[in-house]
Amino acid sequence: MEVQIEDSVLIRSYVNGDERALETLINRHNQRISSFIYSKINDRGITEDIFQDTFIKVIRTLKRGTYSEEGKFFPWVMRIAHNLIIDHFRKSSRMPMYDGSDSFNVFSVMGDEKLNAENQLIKNQIDSDLSILIEELPEDQKEVLLMRIYKDMSFKEISENTGVSINTALGRMRYALINLRKIINENNIVLTN
Amino acid sequence: MENIYTKHTKDCKLVKAQPRTVEFLLNYSKSLKITEVKGIKFESNLN
Repeated sequence: MEVQIEDSVLIRSYVNGDERALETLINRHNQRISSFIYSKINDRGITEDIFQDTFIKVIRTLKRGTYSEEGKFFPWVMRIAHNLIIDHFRKSSRMPMYDGSDSFNVFSVMGDEKLNAENQLIKNQIDSDLSILIEELPEDQKEVLLMRIYKDMSFKEISENTGVSINTALGRMRYALINLRKIINENNIVLTN
Repeated sequence: MENIYTKHTKDCKLVKAQPRTVEFLLNYSKSLKITEVKGIKFESNLN
């Protein structure tokens, strides 16, 4: 029957310069620590990183001679791994990172605000159709509509520029829109993007 | 025999760090030297 050397003995040998003792320690606890990290993280790559960082801390502490024999080696390493897992989640909640996967791709819910080439063509077509329709409106209504929509003027400014009251300008705008809708309906024009 | 109705059977995986990670740690350990000067510990990595 093979006799297993205790962790505390291996640690003492390692601190005294026996590098093979560290190899035995790592191999002895590799699976339990890695599985623990993986159960929380669910990512093989990050599990490797955290496992590595855990043992870097272990090595530094042992080499510095600041490890105390009070507790057991394995729970101590698990505590380090646990703290590093928490650090990882803190960091990733500050900088959320989304990976695409087979079932979910972040680009299906994210996009830039610009229209794609097809929608841009459709928008241009609608704009040009609309400008033709606006030409059909009576002059006074057309004037108000152009000032309001294309020049982004307020009704106060429109009334000052056209020499009519604000209420008249509002009325002309209303009739302009009603007439535009009427032309669109009568001619079965479809303006959608 | 009762069935075990668990949805997360795939989560119960035994994972091991890769040999190259272990190799890296052993090399890191060999290269790490701690020097103490007047009570202050200095770390140096001799690759």
